[in-house]
Amino acid sequence: MTAAAMEQDGYNLRLYVAGQTPKSVAALANLKKLCETHLPGRYTIEVIDLMKDPALAQRDQIVAIPTLIRQLPEPLKRIIGDLSNAEKVLVGLDIAPS
Amino acid sequence: MKTSLRPRIVTRDLPVIAKSATGIDGLDEVTFGGLPQGRPTLLCGAAGCGKTLFAMTFLYNGAVAYDEPGVFIAFEEQPEDLIKNVGSLSYDIERLIEQKKIVVDHIHLDRNEIEEAGDYDLDGLFIRIGFAIDSIGAKRVVIDTIETLFGGLDNQAVLRSELRRLFEWLKSKGVTAIITGERGDGTLTRYGLEEYVADCVILLDNRVHDQLSTRRLRVVKYRGTAHGTNEYPFIIDQEGITVMPITSSGLSHDVSTERVSTGIADLDEMLEGRGYYKGSSILISGMAGAGKSTVSAHFANSICAAGQRCIYFALEESPQQIVRNMKSVGLDLQQWVDRGLLRFSARRPNLYGLETHLAAMHREVKEFDPAAVVVDPISSLMGAGLAGDVHSMTLRLIDFLKSRGVTALFTNLGAGSAETATTEMQISSLTDTWLLLYNRESNGEHNRQLYLLKSRGMAHSNQVREFLMGSDGITLREVYVGPEGVLTGSARVAQEVRDRADRLLRTQEMERRTREIERRRREIATQIETLKAQLVSEEGEMELLNLEGAAREDQRSADHIALVQSRSSKRAGSPSKPMTSRK
Repeated sequence: MTAAAMEQDGYNLRLYVAGQTPKSVAALANLKKLCETHLPGRYTIEVIDLMKDPALAQRDQIVAIPTLIRQLPEPLKRIIGDLSNAEKVLVGLDIAPS
Repeated sequence: MKTSLRPRIVTRDLPVIAKSATGIDGLDEVTFGGLPQGRPTLLCGAAGCGKTLFAMTFLYNGAVAYDEPGVFIAFEEQPEDLIKNVGSLSYDIERLIEQKKIVVDHIHLDRNEIEEAGDYDLDGLFIRIGFAIDSIGAKRVVIDTIETLFGGLDNQAVLRSELRRLFEWLKSKGVTAIITGERGDGTLTRYGLEEYVADCVILLDNRVHDQLSTRRLRVVKYRGTAHGTNEYPFIIDQEGITVMPITSSGLSHDVSTERVSTGIADLDEMLEGRGYYKGSSILISGMAGAGKSTVSAHFANSICAAGQRCIYFALEESPQQIVRNMKSVGLDLQQWVDRGLLRFSARRPNLYGLETHLAAMHREVKEFDPAAVVVDPISSLMGAGLAGDVHSMTLRLIDFLKSRGVTALFTNLGAGSAETATTEMQISSLTDTWLLLYNRESNGEHNRQLYLLKSRGMAHSNQVREFLMGSDGITLREVYVGPEGVLTGSARVAQEVRDRADRLLRTQEMERRTREIERRRREIATQIETLKAQLVSEEGEMELLNLEGAAREDQRSADHIALVQSRSSKRAGSPSKPMTSRK
């Protein structure tokens, strides 16, 4: 997929975790599964470990862990939790279930 | 003051609780040293109580005065607003941020922007706070207001367990923390934070009475240490926060045997000739126009004349007016103002509440460091608070001044109304010397009288004096006490004139009688002389008579002899005895 297409309807997602906690691991697994199901080929996931880079927590206003931020498409969306509730994640990401 | 109090608690209380001084005037005294070090303290109160300013002052003082950098986690305000807001207290937070002594982190939470999908924790918050602490080596942390989390997140169970973990974690970090919380309905905080932060709870309150609001502080709980349990008023102004403890010095202040002149020679005379005790408190009560201000001004004048400083808290007159008025009794107060020895502090009593007055006075006294203060009149503060408040305020003020060895003179307008009588009753017991000024009407004129009702620790005069104000100041005259009663004013003058006339009359009478007696004495003496002369002449006469008698006897004898002789010459040889019996 091209960069232009990515800008139009691609999903740029960031997952903030704090070390390899069960919740973090679960969140990443849940997210990957969701994206594969609903956004095949239209997403990127960036995992940010705040244990390694704590300054980012302030910059990106992170309070709860795990936090998923939809950078693109705008507007910015936040979803917290281990993403086990797929329905809520989809609502949060503005993805119509297919 | 805080340093003097801290060791006391350390030696007395076990286990020892290390304390972190807040640097807030008065709070460190109420808590005997400050907040529990390395532990979180809950600061709760309704909106507008000054929680944020309190917390920021704690951080600011830590950074500036105690070399303890601090972190401010702001849930409610943007850092820029926060910095601006506390700028009004002359706290330059921006500079401290540049110097890496303070970090302000704003946590933004908006329920509408957040979707909760599954289990989470607040590690992000922990990481942020931890990062902020580590970035400057912070020893103090403020979280203002953590309850915002309850509004921003849904899962209460998670929040509660995470908050418990947060406070434990803060303890393990060894930081002294203030957690602010909004006052709830019937509870200290809306979300029951007091369950988690149990070491020290401070409650702030803002009440309005008679349109004047008063902020108050109470230490609800302080585990493991003694603390003041009362409600203490506090004020927030451009100088920061000042909490007014009733008194931490209690009644243990040093006393002085030194004396200070009252500024009125005759009044000194009534006080063992030496005046008030230094550091004592003096109450002058009297009706309007009895001369309270004049007596006060004399005192202020004499303090300044001795080269010492004095603050004159003028609550009714403007300084200019006082200076002008005192010129009429020969006092030049302006010279002391010019030389920086006398400071007038004029403010309307109803401008702000009692506590603000008190705090302002405290501050000025600390700043100017005077040897004496005059509050003229303290009764006008009645309008600024309840009677009981005036009492406790005066108590605090007196204690504060005594602890600093400042001689305090209060005037009290006693017009005989119930209100002022109460004040009088309440204040008089606190003061060491109580002067009463009367203004008595008699014979169609009012005359001022002064009476020393009490003066602790000295053999003071018990006499009522007449109080005269002239162009050369105050003089006290002994009142006329005589068969006519106690007289003052022109009655006294008239009586004195009468007395003088009487005396003159008596003297004249005496002289007259002396002369009379003298005259009679002389008369008698003359009589005696005459009688003596008579006696002498009588005696002379007597002698003459005796002589004549003797001569006559001689003659008779001679005659007899001659007769006998003549008879015998007729009958010779028969001489006979003289015939005296025949005579």
